[in-house]
Amino acid sequence: MITLTVNDTVHELDLDPRTSLLDALRDHLALTGTKKGCDHGQCGACTVLVNGRRINSCLTLAIMHEGDAVTTIEGLGTPEALHPMQASFLDHDGFQCGYCTPGQIVSALGMLDEFRAGWPSHVSESLDGGTELSDEEISERMSGNICRCSAYPNIVHAIRAARDERADKGESEERT
Amino acid sequence: MTTDANTYAMDEAVGETRLDRGTQGVLGKPLNRYEGALKVSGRAPYAYEHLAGEDVAYGFMVTAGIGRAKIRSVDTSKAEAAPGVLTVISGDDVLRASALPMAPAAQTIDGEVFHYGQPLALVVAETFEAARHAATLVETLYEPGQGRYSLRDQLDEAVNPGPGAMQPDNLRGEFEAVFAEAEVQFDETYTTPSHSAAAMEPHASVAKWDGDNLTVWSSCQLLETNVIQIANGVGVPVENVRLLSPYVGGGFGSKLGIGPDAVLAALGAKAAGKPVKVALSRQHVFQTTSRRSETIQRVRIGTTKEGRITALAHENFVVNSTGNSFFEPVAISTVFLYAGENRKITHRLAETDVLMTASVRAPGEAVGMLSLESAMDELAIRLDLDPIEFRKLNEPEVAPQDDLPFSSRKLLQCYEEGASRFGWQNRPEKPASRREGEWWIGSGMAAASRSHQLMKSSAEVELAPDGRATVRTAMTDIGTGSYTILQQITAEMLGLPPGHVTVLLGDTALPPSSGSGGSWGANSAGSSVYLACEDLVRELAKRLDVDPSDLTLKDGQAIAGNRQIPLGEILGGETLTGRGTIEPGKTAETTNQASYGAHFCEVAVNAVTGETRVRRLLTVAAAGRILNEKTATSQCYGGQIWGIGSALEEELVIDPRTGLLVNHDLAEYHVPVNADVPQLEVVFLEERDTAASLLAGKGLGELALAGVGAAITNAIYNACGVRVRDYPATLDKVLAGLPDA
Repeated sequence: MITLTVNDTVHELDLDPRTSLLDALRDHLALTGTKKGCDHGQCGACTVLVNGRRINSCLTLAIMHEGDAVTTIEGLGTPEALHPMQASFLDHDGFQCGYCTPGQIVSALGMLDEFRAGWPSHVSESLDGGTELSDEEISERMSGNICRCSAYPNIVHAIRAARDERADKGESEERT
Repeated sequence: MTTDANTYAMDEAVGETRLDRGTQGVLGKPLNRYEGALKVSGRAPYAYEHLAGEDVAYGFMVTAGIGRAKIRSVDTSKAEAAPGVLTVISGDDVLRASALPMAPAAQTIDGEVFHYGQPLALVVAETFEAARHAATLVETLYEPGQGRYSLRDQLDEAVNPGPGAMQPDNLRGEFEAVFAEAEVQFDETYTTPSHSAAAMEPHASVAKWDGDNLTVWSSCQLLETNVIQIANGVGVPVENVRLLSPYVGGGFGSKLGIGPDAVLAALGAKAAGKPVKVALSRQHVFQTTSRRSETIQRVRIGTTKEGRITALAHENFVVNSTGNSFFEPVAISTVFLYAGENRKITHRLAETDVLMTASVRAPGEAVGMLSLESAMDELAIRLDLDPIEFRKLNEPEVAPQDDLPFSSRKLLQCYEEGASRFGWQNRPEKPASRREGEWWIGSGMAAASRSHQLMKSSAEVELAPDGRATVRTAMTDIGTGSYTILQQITAEMLGLPPGHVTVLLGDTALPPSSGSGGSWGANSAGSSVYLACEDLVRELAKRLDVDPSDLTLKDGQAIAGNRQIPLGEILGGETLTGRGTIEPGKTAETTNQASYGAHFCEVAVNAVTGETRVRRLLTVAAAGRILNEKTATSQCYGGQIWGIGSALEEELVIDPRTGLLVNHDLAEYHVPVNADVPQLEVVFLEERDTAASLLAGKGLGELALAGVGAAITNAIYNACGVRVRDYPATLDKVLAGLPDA
């Protein structure tokens, strides 16, 4: 038996040790919002937050996450009460078929936290922070999430708008 | 009550309709996606996700590790004995690959291996992990055969495939003689590689039996033919099968026919005695569904020295696997895009022992216009003409193959609008003449065209006593915006706030629909919904004793003469159902129907590495009425980015020794990612094509891909003087021809 904490709910699960975190969510907890696009860490559709950091849930086994706090797309908002990032993807049409979308949204939140923590990217001018979150930075940092419908321009708009809105409100930079 | 069925064939142009009045003012507006809140919150269930939390079993496919062979034996005993395994499905009836679109059934393996990675069996187990492991325990013995894996080696055996999406041959005048005498002769050969659709949602199915009745949730584009393919594959009457695809995670042609998962899931569920879920792995998607043919294209154009085309030839070689007559209609746009009295367009189909080829987004144009539009650029430069001027000089007045009038064609306006917005006059005049740091800068353009099709489609619209409407049709939404535009059409026709319209799609229990493919979905399904609404309007008018044309519907009120009455009052507690069926008609034979556009692109080519970066990309499109500005723009972004992929990245590599599709995953088959894409611009020209559909719209989803890749390679030439005719234009090909520093 393992204990998984997903979206603040504690689950006791008896899992085959080969079960990935992704399959535990989809097949054993009926949390199908997290998607399987490749099962090899190549597409990003399975992105979840583990203790606030974005990871590919297909590349990690469920039994490795005893005691971790896992956040999935379902933990962010509901159709009736969307998280601001979800609402921004909706308003900016940051998706078409919607299959990569939960991964994009969760990844965007993880990415903004990484940026605020001063993590540089391949396109950053400096390794020591002080970088502006340009469109180029957003695109680079979101390139682990493939969208075959190719909603990329609107994904960038959606992330920028959600981030700007939060900045306007002067909200805490701590947690999304 | 129920009004009579209402069938309309598109035999003549429709003229002005209720949609043109814009009374409710919602059609065309950039509304958010109808199902968007469900998708962004992870609550829209895709195929595999049905029956979540229920007692189900899981299937995993076993595939062949050889390119061509007879199957001597498939030993499933070890797999069957493995922990958790419920059953193993194998035998002659396993499907070879996807079904060809609209075919009655998919091909079966019948004791042979027809391509590397072909399905052989399905292991069904209590858990996914147990099934995946046991799949490795199935032992297959082969009698190896001689495989044919290279198109180039099979050219002598290539045949005229017979009619497909177009006639394989379109001949007019005396091409050879006139070309031989032409003042300017252009003759180049282009090659394009195989492509994979690579939709983000892998093909997946959940099958559940209830006695002799089968319910399948699968990821499908064309439910009416997909349900027949499933029934035939399983061996049950089609009446016993219900197919549901409420949300589809991308299709791009790869889900026009069923994948091998649907039938295997059904057979597995029957044998296991419980519902079975089968999702193809990403590797299976690449190797067991379908792909786009590689092509070899020879383009010859003869002109006068002023640049008038007198002779035009586009001769093509494409492939498919044994028993598949589908051919990539490479030159489908060449037939009508440019003038020229002497014409020769041919397609020859060779056979290889590689995964079957079928439609991938914009079959034909996606690869055919890479060569045609590159050729037009090359020839313009040789003639010392601006590429736009050269195209304008050869703009036909009527369709050049059969002299049919164009139903609408704003190609020249697309050039003008695009050139002005892009700043085309400021482009570098000569290759390798503009430099920024270590980057060569250049611009290119290309024309876009895509044939328009209307397909038979039915819908019903119910108007409830509370004045709310429900649309029902077995149409699919594969990310295209079907839910949203059908909501908007209904809201506009019945004068309702969009929030008062419910849309139900993706279920064969609903009225049969065209489904999604060939950019026909919006106008076909949309016209059927239009007719169903018109049916309701007639009934409402009758009840008010007015002519339908004198009835105005707005905000849930009926307005006629000096009366204004809430719809609920007219209904008096009754529910009305309107029905509509659209069929293609004579306008498809009496006019040439197509959408048009123009692409303008600026690239930077690295003078050291040969890397190409797309810096700006503008598409101006004219596709009739735009039904939702937001979803239409998104579809065009998608097309533009697929164009970037085809120009610079995408190539499904076939091992000529084994037939293996070498790069069969998303790490090795390179599709564009966010960092490959600059901010894009899409502009729609105002247009109504009343011969194309009842909505006066034309197909859009594939138009924005047609020609983009050539605009990019034309820009590469303008930037650095390197002409790549062997797509994609990867660094190695550009590097080889770069000028010194």
